Amino acid sequence: MEEPFVKTEIRKDENIVYKRTDLLVDRPLSYCPGCGHGVVHRLLMETLEEMDIQDKTIGVSPVGCSVLAYDFMNIDMLGAAHGRAPALATAIKRLWPDRFVFTYQGDGDLAAIGTAETIHACNRGENFTIIFINNGIYGMTGGQMAPTTLPGMRSSTSPYGRDVQTMGHPLKITELISNLPGVHYVTRQAVHTPSHVRKTKKAIRKALEQQKESKGIAFIEVVSNCNSGWKMTPVQSNKWMEENMFPFYPLGDIKVDGKLVEKKEVTEKA
Amino acid sequence: MAKIKGDILVNVERCKGCEVCIAACPSSTIAMSKEVNGKGYHFAMKVNNDCTGCMNCAIVCPDGVITVYRGKISE
Repeated sequence: MEEPFVKTEIRKDENIVYKRTDLLVDRPLSYCPGCGHGVVHRLLMETLEEMDIQDKTIGVSPVGCSVLAYDFMNIDMLGAAHGRAPALATAIKRLWPDRFVFTYQGDGDLAAIGTAETIHACNRGENFTIIFINNGIYGMTGGQMAPTTLPGMRSSTSPYGRDVQTMGHPLKITELISNLPGVHYVTRQAVHTPSHVRKTKKAIRKALEQQKESKGIAFIEVVSNCNSGWKMTPVQSNKWMEENMFPFYPLGDIKVDGKLVEKKEVTEKA
Repeated sequence: MAKIKGDILVNVERCKGCEVCIAACPSSTIAMSKEVNGKGYHFAMKVNNDCTGCMNCAIVCPDGVITVYRGKISE
């Protein structure tokens, strides 16, 4: 097919301002079209490349949609049992204190089966980074209700919407762990628009830099979409996320340098 | 006068047609193609010459399929 509107005088190697990082393995990502996982993978790899620590970084992949993260990230990675990534990361960081360690977990992994590991690792003040992708649903297994599913939100196991009387309230695990003394940096970001992507990248950078100072857990929650699980198109799901997820999960820093941020917008939106 | 212009190169076979880049583009330079790629997805393509090389499409692309160029051209 003939490609229209090609600017051959601009399309030269010296004019490249953005290209996919080489730290992502050159193979198609296994995620659905429009899924936030791909963006977070890329941001993480770009940050490692900028900091030039790719040979000193060890990642722990979870169970969930991102279980194959080690297939896409060209760094040292280990796969943890379901929910046990913080426990495994604790061991790695204690054995190799000079390495940069991160866990990459979803909401089913971190907030459901791995609640105990998450809370105790945070409370012990281990010195690694947790990246938590929250899409309010179990995406991999077919869109079942997760602890983070919003009240009234439909999923395959709550087809009439989540009823808090019988199914309980959604778990704001990020706020929960921000009150623990071992946690140094907690933030909640999103990746659906360019400005949010840039903010998330800064947060990832800050969290990884903090490991040099051994101050405690850095926890980044990324509110993401799950268009397959929510039964929407990617653009619709991003809009739905802005309208419904963000009032319940307000974006912004929650704890910086070991102190809770008293932000007006956080309390107003909540 | 020299003008700063941009250009994008889409990796057609990797594009999954999620249309997130279309919502992010400030100059409406991207649209979905009528054709489909090997996986059956409509892919993103450039439909005008207004690209400024702002990289918005590339940084929101979940699959990282867009390469962005920016340079001076004389008109």
